Amino acid sequence: MRNRLSKTIQEIPPSGIRKYFDLASTMENVISLGVGEPDFVTPWSIREASISTMERGYTTYTSNSGLPELRYEIGKYLAESFQVHYDDKKEMIVTVGASEAIDIALRAILDPGDEVLIIEPCYVSYDPTVKLAGGVPVSVTTDMSTKFKITADILREKITSKSKAIIFCYPNNPTGATMTKEDWLPIIELIKEHDLIVLSDEIYGELSYDQHHFSAASLPGMKDRTILISGFSKAFAMTGWRIGYACGPEDIIQAMLKIHQYTMLCAPIMGQWAAVEALRNGQKAKDDMVASYRQRRNYVTKMFNQIGLECLMPEGAFYAFPSITATGLTADQFAEQLIKEAQVAVVPGDVFGIGGKGHIRCSYATSMENLEKAIERMGKFVEQYK
Amino acid sequence: MKKEKVIEMLTLLEQNGRHSYDKLAMMLDLPEEEVKQTIAELEKDKVILRYPTLIDWDKIQGNDLVTAMIDVKVTPQRDVGFDEIAERIYRFPEVRSVYLMSGAYDLSVTIEGKTIREVAFFVSQKLSTLDTVVSTATHFILKTYKHDGVVFNPRDDDRRMVVTP
Repeated sequence: MRNRLSKTIQEIPPSGIRKYFDLASTMENVISLGVGEPDFVTPWSIREASISTMERGYTTYTSNSGLPELRYEIGKYLAESFQVHYDDKKEMIVTVGASEAIDIALRAILDPGDEVLIIEPCYVSYDPTVKLAGGVPVSVTTDMSTKFKITADILREKITSKSKAIIFCYPNNPTGATMTKEDWLPIIELIKEHDLIVLSDEIYGELSYDQHHFSAASLPGMKDRTILISGFSKAFAMTGWRIGYACGPEDIIQAMLKIHQYTMLCAPIMGQWAAVEALRNGQKAKDDMVASYRQRRNYVTKMFNQIGLECLMPEGAFYAFPSITATGLTADQFAEQLIKEAQVAVVPGDVFGIGGKGHIRCSYATSMENLEKAIERMGKFVEQYK
Repeated sequence: MKKEKVIEMLTLLEQNGRHSYDKLAMMLDLPEEEVKQTIAELEKDKVILRYPTLIDWDKIQGNDLVTAMIDVKVTPQRDVGFDEIAERIYRFPEVRSVYLMSGAYDLSVTIEGKTIREVAFFVSQKLSTLDTVVSTATHFILKTYKHDGVVFNPRDDDRRMVVTP
């Protein structure tokens, strides 16, 4: 029988975290610092609002671009929180999670062979999504020496005449790095010079601990070339609802809408109404969760440094990204032995790109009790390599 | 210590009075000495009054207590208003809490006793007989679902997958 699978899909390797998922799933008494989602359940007022709309029979399709009420609230929220202004009728689309937004944005702008610069370490889906859209991913590697921030020098080296777009995520999964306005200024000069389209994944924007999140789209001259992608999963603990959105120039958003209407039709209405409630009345719940993440961040980062794993203070998201090079192990060996010997699950940093080599990603989206226990186990584990 | 940090620290202690100084210091990103000193001051100023433990007594056999909430109407007195009568009431050791309320009655009093009879005795013999007490309405608590923000029988297992990107 001939090979039934497309060449494109055959060339995409299986997910690098699968192995750890399988290991952790078969073991008992594992404390997982490997989870990329909030440990909070969606705040009750949001769940209740969704239940109430279902009771009243809101079980239909919505407009392809999303409920007008939700788009209005998103527009208001982005303007108030991040000083970016979008026309909620033409420049905005509600998607099935930020993941769909990334996918359809790439499909809307790429022709075969177009290069997409991916700032790494990063979320694992960018590379395969670019390939599935016919593009060619180009890794731009950041590391601890620049605090995992993108710099003009690193970026310039990777830009070619085929570069069409650049994709990045700040605050960053897995490193917790953020970018300030000053960090951005030299980067946007390069972006403008080479006429790149920007995909700015700002899903962790609300989880910024030391200063207010700075949206790349708010930089001078950037709104016209930036697709701002975000959603409700991280800020409002709404991962399972699958509600995200993209905002950007009208031509690109309308092209994305074409793909969305034929492949997805619309995001689920229950989730969209929940998202409306999140933006209207979810501020306090969100602030409380952010305060809790900040306390845990402070705690784990200090503890990692105390037990001998050098760790930068993450400025956003809910991941610490300590270096494990002091142990002499590779990240992969460290993660595998840690789970087998100490029953703590983490994810090796190079899963997220080679810049993560020698690091492990530890999610602190888990209770303080779990964090204390995990650090104690990790401290003992690390001790044997000193 | 900055006011926001004091509030944040008190909120943490309110949730868990057993946080150690060094852990609080780490969570708040402050020097341990400063945390220790501020807590000592807050204790001295009676901002922090006590470090109680929230216990689900229903799960402990042989310690059955009944709790009643009593709505009390009183006649306020010249110069001292409600304060004096409140004090006369809260001095009884059976009284767990006393609040001055707006609305249909004046004082909300919580009483704890070994039996309903004991609580009834207290209301009829001690509380109602006070000169300024006009009327009382006693409500017995049948079951505690949530107290001080804590759900008593939560169903909150971690439902997440163990490793996700």
